[in-house]
Amino acid sequence: MSSRILNWFKFSSPASFYPLAGTIGRVSTLIAVALLAVGLYMSFFVAPTDYKQGEGYRIIFIHVPAAWMSMFIYVVMAFWAAMGLVFRTRLSFMMARALAPTGALMTFIALWTGAFWGKPMWGTWWVWDARLTSELILFFLYVGYIALQGAIPDVRRGDRAGAILLLVGVVNIPIIYFSVKWWNTLHQGASVSIREGSSMSAIMLETMLIMTFAFWAYAIAVAMARVRLIILERERETRWVAELPEVKL
Amino acid sequence: MFSAFFTILRRDLLLAMRRRSDVFTTLFFFVIVVSLFPLGIGPELETLRLIAPGVFWVAALLASMLALEKLFLVDYQDGALEQMLLAPQPLSLLVLGKVAAHWLITGLPLVLLSPLLGLQYDLPGETIGVLLLTLLLGTPALSLIGAIGAALTLGLRGGGVLVSLLVLPLYIPVLIFGAGAVEAEASGLGGIGHLTLLGAIGLAALVAAPLATSAALRVSAE
Repeated sequence: MSSRILNWFKFSSPASFYPLAGTIGRVSTLIAVALLAVGLYMSFFVAPTDYKQGEGYRIIFIHVPAAWMSMFIYVVMAFWAAMGLVFRTRLSFMMARALAPTGALMTFIALWTGAFWGKPMWGTWWVWDARLTSELILFFLYVGYIALQGAIPDVRRGDRAGAILLLVGVVNIPIIYFSVKWWNTLHQGASVSIREGSSMSAIMLETMLIMTFAFWAYAIAVAMARVRLIILERERETRWVAELPEVKL
Repeated sequence: MFSAFFTILRRDLLLAMRRRSDVFTTLFFFVIVVSLFPLGIGPELETLRLIAPGVFWVAALLASMLALEKLFLVDYQDGALEQMLLAPQPLSLLVLGKVAAHWLITGLPLVLLSPLLGLQYDLPGETIGVLLLTLLLGTPALSLIGAIGAALTLGLRGGGVLVSLLVLPLYIPVLIFGAGAVEAEASGLGGIGHLTLLGAIGLAALVAAPLATSAALRVSAE
């Protein structure tokens, strides 16, 4: 048990995590590219045409994974924030910081593809449906976090302030989600149901899962690349950074 | 222990009374924003009655947010905040005192003035009553939640704009249930469900927000 704890904390040091992040990043990039190729091929050529929505439904293979990732990444960021505040590990804050732009990007993709899906299917770019609204608010939360990080020049303060904001946000997300849901359902039923008429066929579900894993691998790859840059930036005065082959030349 | 709370409360109220312009700025901001909507939308009483709950609540949100910047800033600049951080009393209690004073100064006047503005929007008496009640229940929650944002952005350049970005998304549940209660009451559904939820949010904020605020203050002031 104790050796395992020791192992974990070994990698909480930026110097020992830096090469590991490189390996994880490379592997994730390969996985992401492979899964994306398979997933995109399946979503365009293998998955059958939907009997109700025609070809237009295929945007689901981007839309749903992005929406899942957008929520998941926020929770992961909050996890790192909590780790950072509890164990005072610098790397945890760096992880949270590295994930934020990807999370915001995923939220944006989910909203954008949703609008493109909504226009042909519902006849409108936007409805004030509970899910759409809460996704929009999630986007605001990401933007707030990034803005706060950008506004604080002091790294240590920025890290911890951002972590508190993330924890406050993660407590609020269920409240926001349910309030938005009740807000919409209390005075009228949703005029457009977001659920599809039929349950999904197996091949569609498989394609969607492959795409989700592809997005997942992409998020890890990008976060690792970003965290490596953050480490280099913050540790630029140290010796081990000066001795890195990529820094030396 | 509670004497510390009341000391802070009295001190902040006294300070505000010595410099009354702050109180009036927030209040008049609220009045002006509420008065701008009829100018922008048109004077039809039918429409105004329909949008009144939303307008009042959004104006209250903005006014509450506008006042946040001053919440800890003066104490931070003259060093009083540091003394509070070092005080033997729990910081969250002192924070609660400051937030309570802040609400009494910037929140309560706006709540009390809202019935008068409600008449401008041709709201019937009962709806005005519910509006008053929702604002009374909801604005303390706004001050409590806003204090977290104020503490996080303490002393930053452009903190005022940043606070809005951090705090407004967190205000959304209060807005929904506050405006929803008035709307539900006006349409005859009864706003009691919304009001209870609004009260629940207020209580949750009362418990959790001072803790988060004091954690944020410790980070910002170190």
